[in-house]
Amino acid sequence: MAERYFQPEIETMPREQLKALQDERLVAQVRHVWENVPYYRKKMEEKGLTPDDIKGTEDLHKLPFLSKADLREAYPYGLMGAPLKDCVRIQSTSGTTGKRVVAFYTQADINLWEDCCARAIVAAGGSNESVCQVSYGYGLFTGGPGLNGGSHKVGCLTIPTSSGNTERQIMFIMDLQATILCCTPSYAAYLGESMKEMGLTPDQIPLKAGIFGAEAWSEEMRQSIQDTLGIKAFDIYGLTELSGPGVAFECSEQTGMHINEDHFIAEVIDPDTGEVLPDGVQGELVFTAITKKAFPLLRYRTRDICVLSHEKCSCGRTHVKMSKPRGRTDDMLIIRGVNVFPSQIETVLLNQGYPANYQIIVDRVRNSDTLEVQVEMTPEMFTDNLGEIAQRQKQLVDGLRSMLGLTAKVTLVAPKSIVRSEGKAVRVIDKRKI
Amino acid sequence: MSIKQISVFVENKAGALLAITSVLAANGIDMRALALSEASDFGIGRMIVSDVYAATTVLKDAGFIHSISPVLAVAIPNVPGGLNEVLKVLSTEGVNVEYMYAFQGKASEDAYMVFKVADDIHAASVLRDHGIRLANEEDLARL
Repeated sequence: MAERYFQPEIETMPREQLKALQDERLVAQVRHVWENVPYYRKKMEEKGLTPDDIKGTEDLHKLPFLSKADLREAYPYGLMGAPLKDCVRIQSTSGTTGKRVVAFYTQADINLWEDCCARAIVAAGGSNESVCQVSYGYGLFTGGPGLNGGSHKVGCLTIPTSSGNTERQIMFIMDLQATILCCTPSYAAYLGESMKEMGLTPDQIPLKAGIFGAEAWSEEMRQSIQDTLGIKAFDIYGLTELSGPGVAFECSEQTGMHINEDHFIAEVIDPDTGEVLPDGVQGELVFTAITKKAFPLLRYRTRDICVLSHEKCSCGRTHVKMSKPRGRTDDMLIIRGVNVFPSQIETVLLNQGYPANYQIIVDRVRNSDTLEVQVEMTPEMFTDNLGEIAQRQKQLVDGLRSMLGLTAKVTLVAPKSIVRSEGKAVRVIDKRKI
Repeated sequence: MSIKQISVFVENKAGALLAITSVLAANGIDMRALALSEASDFGIGRMIVSDVYAATTVLKDAGFIHSISPVLAVAIPNVPGGLNEVLKVLSTEGVNVEYMYAFQGKASEDAYMVFKVADDIHAASVLRDHGIRLANEEDLARL
């Protein structure tokens, strides 16, 4: 099947042309920010910069960074870049890692955001013949509104179920023969598990593709979701600060996410020195929004750890690809001095045939950190032989040790005893902070 | 000559066993014998019940993980040395006992011992050859 695009002229634009577009937009955006966002203007002045110093993307590295701390300091209106009369909406984060982020949108900002989501849906095989169920939460969370808007643009029949009420979700998928599902990967896994329990096999499930994001998930989890639902699962990336989902999305190659570079310029930096790193080197992802007017963040540090690649993609898109983030620097746990990402634990669990539902509990006992991983026992794994179960448990402890360099306690718990999430899964309970 | 034993996964926490016995009680299932064995963070509840099919159905519906294994229910004469005689036979014939637990018949004087062995068919025939009585499912119903 020939690759289809939502905006072919942009998505397959030759690199030189794309760079010229970025140069022009960046120069205009820096001036827009200088004139409208005193908070950032002050940061530029501190570095002795004026808009005249930024002549194109090669000058990007001169600009100061923005971080979550800036967002907190400038809350609520300090980074607003358009007059109130032009702003039509806010979206907000869940605020789990501190103060809520509130982002503003003009109608044009919403429009470009929805274009980005539409590109993701078309890349996943969506068209005006598709029935697209959006099971991301609607409301302040960007997941629902973003994919909903994108789905409309593509012309899919959109089912705005929002999150929750799993029985109803499954009823709509089956009754309306939904072909595309948009939700968090953990909820997709849960839906898959529930449908399997109802006796539905992958060939009975009408879904063909899934667009899953808003949390880190592993390649193994992708495989398991694809198998249970009989679909192709596509990753989508974004953050509220930059609009929401659709900043980057996966194509049929499933080897990374194309960043919508006509709207967002990506850099990878050394998180300690701030130095820009070349392609292929892992570092912190930094974005500059070059078209959004109401919340125009320049050089925003995402805290996501990933790698960029400009290698030619078989799908024909020319935009740079980012690897699946290894995890946010916020998600990273430091246990006994070792850096641990929950996604590493997930990889080991799924490799050894455990369900995708798990809980990581970190605690401090007598001044030493402890790591406990709780996984659910499955009927396939259970035997009357304690020795065999203990052997499997040991295998998991060994697998975790070789992945993390740490000894974890593995606890087998009863099936369904770990709470299923309908939005972002809460995988980690860190009791050390309490 | 073996009988069916149900093994259930039990979490090592307060109320875990009660959750299982509640399901059985609510469905009128009579538990003839129960033994618990535990690892550090979980255990296995092994039981002999009046109706294996009904018990496994209600346990499964209630979300409990279980498996069924063949075990031998051996009548042990209620006299000094009763168990000793049985073990002597098994030992002589090279049968290794993986685990065992006892229960009392309702009507009879005999005690019963449940044995889990690697080869239950071989062990059953060895015991019979030495005149040791084994209970089958029908016997159990009467016990």
